[in-house]
Amino acid sequence: MALEKQRFDTLILGAGGAGLNAALQLANANLKVAVVSKVFPTRSHTVAAQGGVNAALANVLPDNWHWHMFDTVKGSDYLGDQDAIEYMCREAIPTVYELEHNGVPFSRLPNGKIYQRAFGGQSQNFGGDQAARTCAAADRTGHAILHTLYQQNIRAKTHFYDEYFAVELIKDEEGIVLGALVLNIATGEPLLIESKTTLLATGGCGQVFRTTSNAHINTGDGMAMALRAGLPLMDMEFFQFHPTGIAGKGMLITEGVRGEGGYLINKDGERFMEKYAPNAKDLASRDVVARSIVTEVREGRGCGPDGDHVMLKVDHLGEDVIAKRLPGIRESSKIFAGVDPVQDPIPVFPTAHYVMGGIPTDRFGRVMPEASDDGDPLPGLYAAGECACASVHGANRLGGNSLLDILVFGRLAGHNIIDYVKQNSAHRPLHDDSVAQAVGRLERWDVKGEGITVSELRKEFRKTMEDHAGVFRVEDMMADGVEKLKGIRDKLKDVRLTDHSATFNTNRTEALELENLIDVGLSIAVSALHRKESRGAHSRPDFPKREDGEWMKHTLYWKESDKLEYKGVRSQPLTVESFPPKERVY
Amino acid sequence: MTDEGELNNLDRLRWQCRRGMLELDVLLEAFLEQHYSEMPPRMQRQFIQLLEFPDPIIHAWCVGGEKPDDEEFAELVASIRATSVA
Repeated sequence: MALEKQRFDTLILGAGGAGLNAALQLANANLKVAVVSKVFPTRSHTVAAQGGVNAALANVLPDNWHWHMFDTVKGSDYLGDQDAIEYMCREAIPTVYELEHNGVPFSRLPNGKIYQRAFGGQSQNFGGDQAARTCAAADRTGHAILHTLYQQNIRAKTHFYDEYFAVELIKDEEGIVLGALVLNIATGEPLLIESKTTLLATGGCGQVFRTTSNAHINTGDGMAMALRAGLPLMDMEFFQFHPTGIAGKGMLITEGVRGEGGYLINKDGERFMEKYAPNAKDLASRDVVARSIVTEVREGRGCGPDGDHVMLKVDHLGEDVIAKRLPGIRESSKIFAGVDPVQDPIPVFPTAHYVMGGIPTDRFGRVMPEASDDGDPLPGLYAAGECACASVHGANRLGGNSLLDILVFGRLAGHNIIDYVKQNSAHRPLHDDSVAQAVGRLERWDVKGEGITVSELRKEFRKTMEDHAGVFRVEDMMADGVEKLKGIRDKLKDVRLTDHSATFNTNRTEALELENLIDVGLSIAVSALHRKESRGAHSRPDFPKREDGEWMKHTLYWKESDKLEYKGVRSQPLTVESFPPKERVY
Repeated sequence: MTDEGELNNLDRLRWQCRRGMLELDVLLEAFLEQHYSEMPPRMQRQFIQLLEFPDPIIHAWCVGGEKPDDEEFAELVASIRATSVA
């Protein structure tokens, strides 16, 4: 069967904020751009981002990019690269204005300027008074941005491949990426897209954990494709968990519930946070609360028939307070947990929310294939958004910086690609072996017969990730987890589809996603096992301190032999003085 | 307009239930598997129309408790909200 081929200047995998903002720059520069998205673009996970975008516009309170930079460096627990952070905080301002000019309906102040709200972790004057830095479009910021960028891309004639699944990157013998093999989900037909440049913008990978707030589409597809193309993933041990997700389901129950007086109890009805954080109790920081919940469960004080969660009690607040101050929580709890919090406690467990790590890039979105700061970027390959690691979040991301990251680095990758295509205007010759390999990955799923089902192995994998590479990280348990995960990876060859039809075959798509999840999961577990310190979101009770002497460095993981290497943090900003590491207190 | 084939194309609808928000993934998929096939074609058509709305609107209706203006949609939304996912 002849493989259909299409050619573009740029191929963008993923149609969230990063992919669409890059595509818009390119299409406006009259480049021929293809955007591949496995769901309709405005259904990308960016739509779930309600909070807003940080930019030091100083519309509400005094602010400047340098203070924003300080907060971000501190928030990162000093693992963020300060040149990239300076760049992001400076570029935040033109990026927000460009979005405004493109039609994003930001909420306004009476004087017509963009309204800005205050979020945790924002300060004036390098750690002083609270700042107000977050620009929002009511509580639908992600949706407003996606919708605007999509419309602008349609106007600029970006070519969309909606409901196409990216299977594998195609590369030549030098490792240069030549495009990707993609699958038309509607027909089951493969398509080869050749491109001079490729941008990975496939978003996060929260689905590696059993309990996650991420949508089902967040399966780390771009990260896994990078791994299989021989590229590393950086700092994957840094995964942000929200302490209270609905148990077994993952939907967020906002911190506001505990702020209003809700508290956590174990199966004996004990208010256990009093043991772990006698002063702050249920309002202790996210990682402390998350670890306390997991400790209760691990020590046999969990609730429910499997003892695998704790309870969040709010009924004592009364129906009026719940209705007035916590709208939405009652509805969510009724629908997803089957309990009315006015009468019964909500079953909760920490939920995986955001990955700080990803495909290593420089501040222009260019993929860096080596564990060296002096190495060259891989020509023509870019990554931006949650799948990438620039690295601006380091060990911990601040609220309002995730939309910022995707928009700034999507935009800058777009600009850099324009320059690259000017200088490299020809397509490189296709490499047949790589195409055959990619097609093979697809055809492997045509094998029929008895075997493990996709859903069985996915369930085992996600539970193993949660138990051994989640919130609670101690040496023996994690080492055991890595071995178990390798065993699960070996079992992949025994997985068979239960449905071999061509059109909209969800079973096949989920099989391809499962391969991606397992590759990415191993990168998290192996990286976490070897980082013997506690920093930001990576918390090791057996190594409770941050060790700047030994560990102020980035982890790089390669799929081949599950190899790790390390490279130093770029602590030197572009134009200002470095912020030296300090103890992080708020 | 939606034709007979589209109404019965469960594989396609299953993929349309993949959204940008976890809440909608879980709720819409469960509704599709548990109730869709037994619904009258009129409501099946409405469900297909509903899937065309932006995620925040579907979320506001199906999770947030806001009522759609259209009475007929309101009936569908009420059934989705009553779907068992707990």
